Amino acid sequence: MNKQVPLLFLNVIIIATCGLIYELLAATVSSYVLGDSVTQFSLVIGIYLSAMGVGSWLSGYLDKDLAKRFVEIELAVAVIGGFSAPLLFLTFASLSYFNLILYGTVFVIGALVGLEIPLLMRILKDELDFKKLVARVLALDYAGALVASLLFPIFLVPKLGLIRTSLLFGLLNAGVGIWGTWLLENLIKKRELTILRIKGFIVVILLLVALIKADSLTTLAEDALFADNIIYAKSSSYQRIVVTKGKTGYSLFLNGNLQFNSFDEYRYHEALVHPAFAAHDGQPKRILVLGGGDGLAVREILKYPSIESVTLVDLDPLMTQISKSVPALGELNKNSLNDARVSVVNNDAFVWLDANNAEPFDIAIIDFPDPNNFALGKLYTTRFYNLLKKKLKPDSAIVIQTTSPLFARKSFWCIMKTLEASGFHVKPFNTTVPSFGIWGYALAKLEPFEAPQKPSENIELKFLNENSFASMFEFSADTNLPKDEEIEINRLDNQALVRYYESEWRRFE
Amino acid sequence: MKLTRREILTAFFGLPFALSACRSNSENKPVAGEIVGANVDVGHILRENRNYEVPNNNWENVKVAIIGGGAAGLSAAYKFQKSDFSDFVLLELENKIGGTAQSGTSDIVPYPWGAHYLPVPFQENAELIALLDEMSLTEGVKETGEIIVKEQFLCREPEERVFYKGRWYHGLYLHAGESETDKREYEEFYKQVDFWVNWRDSNGKRAFVLPVADCSRDADVLALDKLSFGDWLRQKGFTSERLFWYCDYACRDDYGLKLDQTSAWAGLFYFCSRVRKSGDESQPFITFPEGNGRFINFLSDKIKDKTRLKTVVLEIVPSEKGVDVIYLNTANNEIRGLRCEKAIFAAPVFTARFLIRDFKKGAPAHLQEFEHNAWFVANLFLKDRPKTRFARDFPLAWDNVLYESPSLGYVNSTHQKGLDYGAAVFTYYYPMCHEENARAKLFALDHQELADIVLTDLSRAHPNIRELTEKIDVMRWGHAMISPRPNFLWSGARDEAQKPFRNIHFAHSDLSGIALFEEAFYHGIRAASEIISAK
Repeated sequence: MNKQVPLLFLNVIIIATCGLIYELLAATVSSYVLGDSVTQFSLVIGIYLSAMGVGSWLSGYLDKDLAKRFVEIELAVAVIGGFSAPLLFLTFASLSYFNLILYGTVFVIGALVGLEIPLLMRILKDELDFKKLVARVLALDYAGALVASLLFPIFLVPKLGLIRTSLLFGLLNAGVGIWGTWLLENLIKKRELTILRIKGFIVVILLLVALIKADSLTTLAEDALFADNIIYAKSSSYQRIVVTKGKTGYSLFLNGNLQFNSFDEYRYHEALVHPAFAAHDGQPKRILVLGGGDGLAVREILKYPSIESVTLVDLDPLMTQISKSVPALGELNKNSLNDARVSVVNNDAFVWLDANNAEPFDIAIIDFPDPNNFALGKLYTTRFYNLLKKKLKPDSAIVIQTTSPLFARKSFWCIMKTLEASGFHVKPFNTTVPSFGIWGYALAKLEPFEAPQKPSENIELKFLNENSFASMFEFSADTNLPKDEEIEINRLDNQALVRYYESEWRRFE
Repeated sequence: MKLTRREILTAFFGLPFALSACRSNSENKPVAGEIVGANVDVGHILRENRNYEVPNNNWENVKVAIIGGGAAGLSAAYKFQKSDFSDFVLLELENKIGGTAQSGTSDIVPYPWGAHYLPVPFQENAELIALLDEMSLTEGVKETGEIIVKEQFLCREPEERVFYKGRWYHGLYLHAGESETDKREYEEFYKQVDFWVNWRDSNGKRAFVLPVADCSRDADVLALDKLSFGDWLRQKGFTSERLFWYCDYACRDDYGLKLDQTSAWAGLFYFCSRVRKSGDESQPFITFPEGNGRFINFLSDKIKDKTRLKTVVLEIVPSEKGVDVIYLNTANNEIRGLRCEKAIFAAPVFTARFLIRDFKKGAPAHLQEFEHNAWFVANLFLKDRPKTRFARDFPLAWDNVLYESPSLGYVNSTHQKGLDYGAAVFTYYYPMCHEENARAKLFALDHQELADIVLTDLSRAHPNIRELTEKIDVMRWGHAMISPRPNFLWSGARDEAQKPFRNIHFAHSDLSGIALFEEAFYHGIRAASEIISAK
């Protein structure tokens, strides 16, 4: 046994590293998905450490077969710790009891890790004198923690991602367990040795399969698809919604298309909302938002004290629900969808406009996904804009997001022409949103008007000031209306826009 | 004798498909729904060929009786109303007005039971355009004089897609994977179409135009009626399988006949009559979730008080002064009589020999030439629409066609309403032109068997259609539409049948030989005008 003591010390380092990694994983996942990293790290560390204490205390009740118990505990940590990150990501979709799963997992892993060191020390107690034993084991335990804390942010998260890291360290724990059946061979009964080794190999195979299969599972495949870590992913009846967290902040994807990045979304949303208010001469009270289920446009709208009501019509109840309930999104939209003045309607805006008898609105903000299919293309047709007109007053102002005049130049100008054909006076404008590139909008009214030159006063803005506001209405040579090309009007019965859009964006695929 | 599932599916789709369907779907849960529409037995009372006695106090006087509440009868009534003539009644066998253009209603969307679109009429079709104006479907006139139909009533894109070997493609003609020969023949075919689009006779008449009554009677055009559309294609040297499929589909879709059963005149009529001039697109479609039920409802709403549903006309007896119409009120089994000056016979032409007393003894020879074909139409009520299986598949369209199926596929009723997600109603069409004794076969099948045929067929493209379907209702049309087989359209039989017989005037799309709303409308207006101008 004596010769193997240094090897057992190596195990201590691995065990300690693994333990801290699981703790860091749980804290990171929870702060990604629940937001508020200070609270999450604090809670996870607290629960984890106290659970370790519980484990250490429980070790006092283990008397027999210490070596066998040690191997079993290693294998249990390998399974629970190894699968912890995938488990947390998958269960986050079922929000209601996610906290329970999160803290439960942290507690179980903590308790098992808490059992490890006391057991190992008792196994080693006959080999070394107590003074040296305590000194070495604890020193190595803390050294392992340092290894983990360095590896985690520098190598593991950026290179492997959370899910693979989790599975990999599960494999290391299982390795320690199996190795233990050889190191501690003479302390374990022959028959039990075989059983333990079989168990160990099953655990290794499970973790290996998960590691290899990681890419073919939907959620995990997305992990590779998206540069950043996924903190929320779920399919509704209408679309796949994915929220990621990366260096630049949170991003929302619908069917794989980026909707915003928290780093620069204020540029997009300030440009979407404030020109309509600047172009409105009175005190806008009733606001209509079509699309915009992320609540970010509503956040900007609620900056105006004259607002009495905001009606938001978004197709997908899951989208509007997570905008309220996923803390990262709620923080970003300042809980706008929970404001008493805001009412949310989940319906297709086309169907809603056709069937609804709502009183006319002062301002309408239209924030649909780009027209990349027929179901979305209908929301940019003359028919749609004619339906919208019936919900407006003579002095109402509207802004519509109208894709990129650089990447999809004909599409952009097709929407302008379609609006004009529907009887609107249109002032196209554009701005730069780094996450998207050059982005375009239409400011439109039913009466002739001059493009506003500055935002309304006393509104707190991060991006728009007099300079940036006025410059939005200028178009460069490569984004301007193409001179020599005939551009069709988008109608329900031709869907010209979907064809333009598809051919223009296909160039970048 | 009860047929097995395999025997039924073999009869409809052939043995290989039936075998594979029976293998993969060994257990089929019953599907909710019912067979809707007229009771066949009531209709067949007509064939008993009896004389009926009307109790003395069951007679009433009315100037005109319209027999038949389909598009033709309703159009005649519409013309009377417009001419301020109101002393008429309309008798309809079924409990629902509209004939093959009738529609149904559901929580999600109304849906058609038959005819479901109308190509925008040319400016010359003034009566029909007046109807569209009255229905507020139009918004002005183009510089060319053609009407502008409001956007929401024109069929929304995507209009058509076709399912072939596991994938959905855009359009009706299958372009994917076509050979050089296919391409050349497709272009050549449209050159032939162009030729006939531009063709004019010495009086400046078009070869093919709606209504059929305005078509040229030049011998060069009428010669096309002497051969089948299939023979015409072969004579022109066409060989492309997909071109033959395309033309065959057109024949089944508009006439309920196969390519080789259809007159070449009728085949070319389909492609030429809705194209203004060479190079133009075919006229766009006006459509509604409930299909042509929209027209029926508009026309019938005006004459609710003059409409008698569930009345079986038993006999029509021409007299010196006018015409007597004897009918059975199925609500109370009472036989009643109408003493009229005139009658408009707006029922299918073949029924005349069971109803008009003089025809019962010996029907005129021209009536024998009118043949009808059988269809069934199913409405599937889905809790959710089938998902696209491949990213590059063309998405759900208005008209969804299965290349490998003898059915016509289905029309999505939620399409025109802009409902693109969730529950839907699909209307599935099956013309029984492949089957011998089609009518007998159709009426031998019960609801479960018909539902199984529909679901099995659609499962080619939508493997989970059974789980998505909450209910299927089926309508069996024993005499769905007139068959424009070779040598019928221009044999003279139609001209004969359209002449008034004593005080009975005739109005039905059968008289055009082509089952289209425009034709029914034309004959309804014509018959009513004949009566009005005689006054």
